[in-house]
Amino acid sequence: MKFGVVVFPGSNCDHDCYHVLKHVLKKDAEFVWHKDRDVSKFDCIVLPGGFSYGDYLRTGAIARFSPVMEAVKKHAEKGKLVIGICNGFQVLLEAGLLPGAMLRNESLKFICKFVTLRVESTDSPFTKKAKKGGLLRIPVAHGEGNYFADAGTLAELNKNSQVLVRYVDNPNGSLENIAGICNKERNVFGLMPHPERASEEELGSTDGRRIFESIIEHCGTR
Amino acid sequence: MSMTMDIEITPEIIAKHGVTPQEYASIKKILGREPNITELGIFSVMWSEHCSYKNSKNVLKLLPKDGPRMLVKAGEENAGVVDIGDGWVVSFKVESHNHPSAIEPFQGAATGVGGILRDIFTMGARPIVSMNSLRFGKIDGENAAATKRLLSGVTAGIGFYGNCIGVPTAGGEVYFDESYEGNPLVNAFSLGLAKKEEIANARASGLGNPVFYLGSATGRDGMGGASFASKDLSEESEKDRPAVQVGDPFMEKLLLEAVLELLKSGCVVAIQDMGAAGLTCSTCETASRGGTGIEIDVAKVPQRETGMVAYETMLSESQERMLVILKKGREAEAKKIFEKWDLHAEAIGQVTGDGLMRVKENGVTVAEIPAKSLADDGPVYVREEKEPAYLKETQAFDPKSAGPAGDLNAVLLKLLDSPTIASKEWVYHQYDHMVRTNTVVLPGSDAAVIRIKDTKKYLAMKLDCNSTYCYLDPYEGAKIAVAESARNVACSGAEPISITNCLNFGNPMNPEIFWTLKKSVEGIRDACLEFNTPVSGGNVSLYNQNPKGAVDPTPVIGMVGLIDGWEPVQSNFKSEGDVILVLGKTREELGGSEFLKTLFSIKSGLPPRLDLKEAGKLVKVLVSLAKKGFLRSAHDCAEGGLAVALAESCLLEEGREIGAKVDLPQEGVSNEAFLFGESQNRVILSVSPKNLKAVEDVLESMAYPYRVAGKVGGNSLEIGKLIQVPLAVLKPTWRQAIGRRMES
Repeated sequence: MKFGVVVFPGSNCDHDCYHVLKHVLKKDAEFVWHKDRDVSKFDCIVLPGGFSYGDYLRTGAIARFSPVMEAVKKHAEKGKLVIGICNGFQVLLEAGLLPGAMLRNESLKFICKFVTLRVESTDSPFTKKAKKGGLLRIPVAHGEGNYFADAGTLAELNKNSQVLVRYVDNPNGSLENIAGICNKERNVFGLMPHPERASEEELGSTDGRRIFESIIEHCGTR
Repeated sequence: MSMTMDIEITPEIIAKHGVTPQEYASIKKILGREPNITELGIFSVMWSEHCSYKNSKNVLKLLPKDGPRMLVKAGEENAGVVDIGDGWVVSFKVESHNHPSAIEPFQGAATGVGGILRDIFTMGARPIVSMNSLRFGKIDGENAAATKRLLSGVTAGIGFYGNCIGVPTAGGEVYFDESYEGNPLVNAFSLGLAKKEEIANARASGLGNPVFYLGSATGRDGMGGASFASKDLSEESEKDRPAVQVGDPFMEKLLLEAVLELLKSGCVVAIQDMGAAGLTCSTCETASRGGTGIEIDVAKVPQRETGMVAYETMLSESQERMLVILKKGREAEAKKIFEKWDLHAEAIGQVTGDGLMRVKENGVTVAEIPAKSLADDGPVYVREEKEPAYLKETQAFDPKSAGPAGDLNAVLLKLLDSPTIASKEWVYHQYDHMVRTNTVVLPGSDAAVIRIKDTKKYLAMKLDCNSTYCYLDPYEGAKIAVAESARNVACSGAEPISITNCLNFGNPMNPEIFWTLKKSVEGIRDACLEFNTPVSGGNVSLYNQNPKGAVDPTPVIGMVGLIDGWEPVQSNFKSEGDVILVLGKTREELGGSEFLKTLFSIKSGLPPRLDLKEAGKLVKVLVSLAKKGFLRSAHDCAEGGLAVALAESCLLEEGREIGAKVDLPQEGVSNEAFLFGESQNRVILSVSPKNLKAVEDVLESMAYPYRVAGKVGGNSLEIGKLIQVPLAVLKPTWRQAIGRRMES
């Protein structure tokens, strides 16, 4: 299988994702430039963290208009996998590939630290190798990770088990402790924590690998 | 004829530019005529302390700069370059942004980060880590509101810039003392990594090579910032707000990627950041270094405001701009890279052979000055020096006269609650300290440790200065700043290799302040010689004064250490049953201690003495133990002494706190000095019981004094019969001390 890691101007976790996929998990991975319009050769697209286009307006608000996002939408429509991490999650929300919106953290401050997540559903290509109710220790690093959705959307998310991970200690005021959600079709996943920062023993946790390994297993058995 | 040429140069205008009558006479001699206003402006910024080091040059030359690892030495380029073996090099520097941060904390601190990052990546090195040293007035009492505003703004500004550009802010220090009221210190450090062959230079060469302007357009922001940084702060300074620049980290991220790509392409002759004194400094310095001349036309400089005259364009300190000299004929190749990153670049001039910096405006010459005279022939002063009168009194002070400290458990809690000692998590949680996934030792430990992927190398680094010691004894205090940062790096398992420094002092015209500057530099020199850590570069920030007086002498040391093939060490206790050792000797040393400051509001006494030979030996001991993989943890005893250091080792890792029980002979010192004295060269180790014998063998063979003091484990910290406090009490006191004050 092949991962494509999108590089927007201002992406800064692109190399971190690439490093884990290519050098830690030894999978095929390539960077995808934001001006590219064809992502058909990839099985899974990674929208990495960072500050796409500076994020001066609203996180992800400009990135959604970049040429590559048209291709990512088509890729998702075909049922192929998309994972958005941190800024990537914000871009997916802005692009309408996932429901809801991000508000500034309740503290109004950027927050970077390890948090604990609870896996809410293993019925997805992104969490199938995790344990339901299991805990993952993964860092967050964001200023706008306070997930918000209207009551109807929230009910829908819960009904369809689209909330894949929740915070045990909510760091940002996110509604119902939501840390990551998938779409109804379960092939697009966005999460605020950074699994690529928790994929090597040396960095203090390998829990993030569970997410990448789920994707790899899913794509391998398709 | 440019409109700027019409202004008559009067003594008032000369004085307004901070140019002395003697300096003006030198300018006339260099030019062989009167300067026009643009030229006067150019001289004034290049000959300001910030750019010329005219008051500190004579002292700075005392510092050791040579060593086998030093590939580019201090002062030769924008930053020094140090060899770390196997073809890898690092470039690092610390720089002040004190005055802008005092006026506008958010942007002042943010642009400080941006500036130091540019210094590093113009060397061809990719910045992989940042740190900062921050100093504010007291956070309690009548100054609390001002300190909170500054701390909030500075922290948010550093985060804004560093987080966006994606360089982890992995360490540093935050220090509170009343001497910084009205004049906070914001020193930003950055370190970059490169392969040896990737190192770039800032020497203009090759007649006719085109000079390009790259990045943001020029506006009137930061006009004369270098001169602004070279005078005392006063209430009038508020009016200088336009002298503070505004940062755009996204633009800088694009510049960073484009510049590194451009340098790899081989079409660059020289490159320099437009930092202090902007276009002026970058043009005359590249020409002076290259022994060439340079000619530019300001009309070709992209401008974001209308009606800017040459004077303004030359002196603007707008951010995120670079000067790039390309190889003639390679312009198209470079333009492709600029376009890829959506960057604006303009050809504004060329390299010439006449040694002149010639500025034109629409083809008409508006300034013509020998480049070398601006960059290298500025005035150099030998300032008067005099030992400060207060030292007699402070050094005679007997800490015992402060009176009884009372309940020792309560004293420990009070110290852990002191903002200078307490956990800095309120600050570093606002910094992305993990991006790039190299931060293997997170903030809070003795030093930040960054791995270098694809190698077995790690870099440990620390910014350090106890300015209270420097106030009470500048020579000993500066020595200690070097020794403590070396010890911090060695506690992390690394061999100290080189330092950078930022000398923050008051007005050098005051002989007492100049004396403290000189003594501090002598202290740094002697310590660097002992540790074999040459100075790779740095910065001097003078005129750190507020209406009440000068800041305490603050020579901030940025120590970098190398781990080459073994594992780094953290400061926190790990497992139940590990054996605790205390290295070094405790003496009756409470002068200048945090104990005196916190308990009695006394900043006096003789600070602890540092035996440099012993300090050098301790570093060797620590590195040798780390190399053998024997250390479960190592933590330096610093502010707050033995008791605070033990508590920190218990508390450092959130969620994995663990107690400790120690008992060791007091050897005749008072309870207070035993627990809270700040005797130097002491380190707390924990080792696995199975390695104890081997560790003791190393300590014996190297003849370093130590005691086996106790064991890790339990839910409280116990020190003999003197201290017994549950972790549940220690933890919130220490961890939330700053947050509690900030949120109240």
